Amino acid sequence: MTQTNHIGKAPNRVDGPLKVAGAAHYSGEFNVPNLAYGYVVSSPITKGKILKVYADEVRALPGVLEVFSHENVPYLAWFDKSYKDQIAPGGSPFRPLHAPDITFNQQPVALVVADTFELARYAAALLRIDYEQQAHETNLETKRTEGYAPGKGKTGFQPPPPPRGKPDKALENATHSIEAEYAHGAQHHNPMELFATTVEWRGNGQITAYDKTQGVYNVQNYLMGVFGLGKNDVRVVNQFMGGGFGSGLRPQYSVFMAVLAALELKRSVRVTLTRQQMFSIGHRPNTLQLLKMGTNPDGTLAALQHHALHETSQFEDYTENVVNWSGMLYKCENVKLGYELAKLDIYSPQDMRAPGAASGNVGLEVAMDEMAYAAGLDPLEFRLRNYAERDQNVDKPFSSKKLRECYRQAAAKFGWENRTQAPRSMRANGKLVGMGMGGGVWDASQQKSAAKALISADGKLTVRSATGENGTGTYTIMTQIAAETLGLPLKAVTFELGDTDQPEAPIQGGSWTAASVGTAVKNACDALGEKILKLAQKPADSPLMGAKYEEVEFVNGQLRLRLDHAQAVVLRDVLQASGKSQLEADSSAMPNMVKQNGYSLHSHNVAFAEVEVDEDLGTIKVTRVVSAVAAGRILNQKTARSQVLGSVVWGLGMALMEETVMDHKFGRYMNHNFAEYHIPVNADIPHIDVIFVHEDDDIVNPLGVKGIGEVGMLGVTAAIANAVFHATGKRVRDLPIMLDKLL
Amino acid sequence: MSQPITSAPASGGLPTPVPTGPVRLTINGETRTLQLAPWTSLLDALREYAGLTGTKKGCDHGQCGACTVLVNGRRINSCLTLAVMHEDDDITTIEGLGTPENLSLLQQAFVDHDAFQCGYCTPGQICSAQGLLNEGRAHSEAEIKELMSGNLCRCGAYVGILDAVKEVVDKQ
Repeated sequence: MTQTNHIGKAPNRVDGPLKVAGAAHYSGEFNVPNLAYGYVVSSPITKGKILKVYADEVRALPGVLEVFSHENVPYLAWFDKSYKDQIAPGGSPFRPLHAPDITFNQQPVALVVADTFELARYAAALLRIDYEQQAHETNLETKRTEGYAPGKGKTGFQPPPPPRGKPDKALENATHSIEAEYAHGAQHHNPMELFATTVEWRGNGQITAYDKTQGVYNVQNYLMGVFGLGKNDVRVVNQFMGGGFGSGLRPQYSVFMAVLAALELKRSVRVTLTRQQMFSIGHRPNTLQLLKMGTNPDGTLAALQHHALHETSQFEDYTENVVNWSGMLYKCENVKLGYELAKLDIYSPQDMRAPGAASGNVGLEVAMDEMAYAAGLDPLEFRLRNYAERDQNVDKPFSSKKLRECYRQAAAKFGWENRTQAPRSMRANGKLVGMGMGGGVWDASQQKSAAKALISADGKLTVRSATGENGTGTYTIMTQIAAETLGLPLKAVTFELGDTDQPEAPIQGGSWTAASVGTAVKNACDALGEKILKLAQKPADSPLMGAKYEEVEFVNGQLRLRLDHAQAVVLRDVLQASGKSQLEADSSAMPNMVKQNGYSLHSHNVAFAEVEVDEDLGTIKVTRVVSAVAAGRILNQKTARSQVLGSVVWGLGMALMEETVMDHKFGRYMNHNFAEYHIPVNADIPHIDVIFVHEDDDIVNPLGVKGIGEVGMLGVTAAIANAVFHATGKRVRDLPIMLDKLL
Repeated sequence: MSQPITSAPASGGLPTPVPTGPVRLTINGETRTLQLAPWTSLLDALREYAGLTGTKKGCDHGQCGACTVLVNGRRINSCLTLAVMHEDDDITTIEGLGTPENLSLLQQAFVDHDAFQCGYCTPGQICSAQGLLNEGRAHSEAEIKELMSGNLCRCGAYVGILDAVKEVVDKQ
C-alpha cells in the first residue's frame, strides 16, 4: 500500500487553515513599525494637463509628511526600456507622476503621505489641482474605420495566421451562410483584495516590498529599472494574493507610489488603492467582432471569417489573441482572420482571465450556434461534423485532444438529448427554458522556472520557487508533487513561494504555473533524490549498491529498488547516517522544444447551460451548467474543480452582468464600484457539474499537465447566450444580456 | 479646444483634522484601548490599529461583505461603522472564531469543501455564515444562498460556500 502517491488525489488545500482563520497575510497586512500611509489622488479629467498642484497647504497639515506629484518627483529613469515589465505591450509604458500630461481618466496625479491612513485620506481629499482640459475620445464606435494591425505587441501575442484556402469565394458559394456582429464592453478584473503595497524601509536605501503581484521578479526588475536600485536593494514578496485574474501581471502604480515614498522619506510606507481606483489599472478591452460563416450541403464548414477590433490606450499597443482560436477549434479549409486595434483616451487594457480567447470565443461560439440553426442542425451535431483533428493554423496534430469525449460525457450528464431544437419550444415553471452549448480551446504552455529543494536530517522537505498563490492552489499542488517525488507524507513537506530571495519563476498567468513550476519542483526533488541515493549507497552493504536513479523509487519514507521492494532503506536513516544536517539541490525546467516541435499543445472544454427566462419581466436565471475539461492530467481534483467552478461563475458574469460603462462625455467609467459593476453572487449560481476528461500527454511536459485556470471559462458565456436564444428566439449579440435587451 | 479647471482656495488655510482619543474596544473577549481619530472605521481600527488583519477590506463601501464581523453576535459590515460607536459592544472577528491549529466547525467545513480559492473574502464569508447560524433563519439551500449573497467572492467559490454552510446548518 502506497501512502505517498498524492498526484491526482483530492487533498485539502495546505494553506486552507491559514486562510479560513484570517492568518494568511496579504500585501496590505504587514504592519511593520513606523509605517506611514500613502493615498493616491486620481485625475478627474480624461485628457489635458496639470497646471498647478497646491501641495504646500496640504503639506502644512499636522501629520502630513509629503505630497508627491510630477512637480517634485526626483530624478527617475529616463528611457522607456526601464519601465517595461516582462509583458509590457509595444509602445511607451505609463510613468506615474512623470509629467503634467493627463492621458486617461483616474490617472494617478499625486500621492499624499501621512502618519495615519485617516490623515492621508483626509489630506488627499483637500489637495487642489488645476487642470487644462482637452477634448478626448473614449468611444470605440467612432474608431471603426481607424483600426490598425498592431506590431509585435507583448510576449505571447501571435498575429493571426495568413488566410488559408479561398475564404471569400467559399463563403459566396456556401449552401447556408450567416454574418453577424458581436460586442462586449470593458470588463474589470476586480479581485476582492485591493491593490496594496507595504514597503518596509530596511535602512541604507534597502527595501522589502510586500506587493500585490502575480510576479515578484517582474516587479523587482521594474523597480530596479525605474528607481536605479541594485538587486540586493529591493526584495519583493507576495505569499498570498487575494485574487489576480491578470490584474497583477504587470507592476501597478501602487507599488511605484509606495516605493517612491519609502525611498524619499526613508520610512516604511503603505499604499492601498480604493475600489474605485481598481478601475484605473487595466481591463478586458471593449471589443467588436464580425463573424461570417458558410456551410456545405453536408453541414461541414465551407468558410469561416472572423475579424476583431478592440480598444487600446494612446501610449501602448495592448494586444491579445482574439481571433486565432477560430482557425483551430473547427475544421475548415477556407479561413480568414483579422485583428485590429484602435487608440482611445483610456488606460491600457490588461490581460484578464483567458485574455483574447474569452472575447473571441463568444463571437465564434455564438456564430456556430447561429450557423447550426441556419443549416438546420443540432448545435452539438454541427460541432461534431466539424471536429478538428489537426490544428490547421500551424498544420500540426494536437499532442492530445479529447474534446469529443468532453462533448459526449457533458452532453450525457446534461441531458442534451432532451432538448428540442426549435426556439421557444421548451417551458417549465411558467417560464421559457433554453439549453445552449459552447466549447473552447486554450494554450498548454510551459515557461522556464527554477526551484530549490532542501531536506533536513529528520526528513522534513522544503521546496522553494518564486511563483505565486492567488487562489489557484499552487501551495497545494507543489506540495503534492514534491511529496510524491520523494515518497513523503504531505505534512513532511513545506512549499514556499512568492519571494525574490527564492529561485526565479515566471509570472503566474497563462495557465502555465502547474506545468512550469511543477516541472521545476519535480526536477529539484529528483536532483535531491539523486544525492540521497548516493548517500544511501555509501555503506558497503547498501541494498541499493550499483543501482541507477532510474532503478529506484521513493515511497512511504523509503528508498527502494523499483523491481525488488525488499531492497530498501529508510530515508531518515540515510540522512541521519550521513551526518549532514541538511541536503539541498537546485534545478530548473524548460519546455522540451525538440519533443514539442511537431505538435500543437492545447487544452479544450465544453459547457452546457440551461436558463429559465421570465418573458414578462425579461429576467434570466441560469439553472444548470455542466462543464467538461480536457486538460491533460489533473494534479488535485479538489482545487482543479474549484478553478473550473470559478471559471463557470466568470462565464456567467460575462454573459449576464459584467460591463464597465463609460460616460463618453466625461471619458470616465461610471459604475466603478461593486454596487454597480455587477459580478455574480451566491444566489445567482446554479448547480454546476465539473467533468475532467483525462488525457495522457507526455509531450506537453513530464507531468502531463496543461493548466486549467483559463480554459474552463471558455464556452460558458456562449452557452448561456445560446440558451437565451433557444429559450426566447431572441439573439442578443452584445453582452451582457440584460433584461432590457429581451423585452 | 481646451478648458481650464481651477479650484477655489480655502480661506484661512485648510481645516485641521480632529485629534485622536482613546477608544476602548472589546475584541474577541479581550478589552483594549486604541488611540483613534473619531472618523476611524471599525474595519480600519481592527486592521491598522489592533493588528487583526483577518478582517478584509474589499470596497470600504459596504458593497462586498469582505469586512463582515460579528457585533454582539450580529453580522455587520465593519467598514460602514465607526470604531467609537462600539465601546460597549462585544466584537468577534475571524481570529476569534478559531485558529489555524484549532478551527471552528465552519472554518473546517470551508476547508473540506474548498469553499474559497484566494481566501480574501473568506473571513467575511465565515463571519457572515456564523451570523446566519446565529439568526437561525436559513435552512434550505435557497435560503442559505440568498442570505449569503451579501458576501461577494470573485474566485466564484459559491458552490463550495453553499456546501460548507449547509453542512454546518444541518448539524445544528
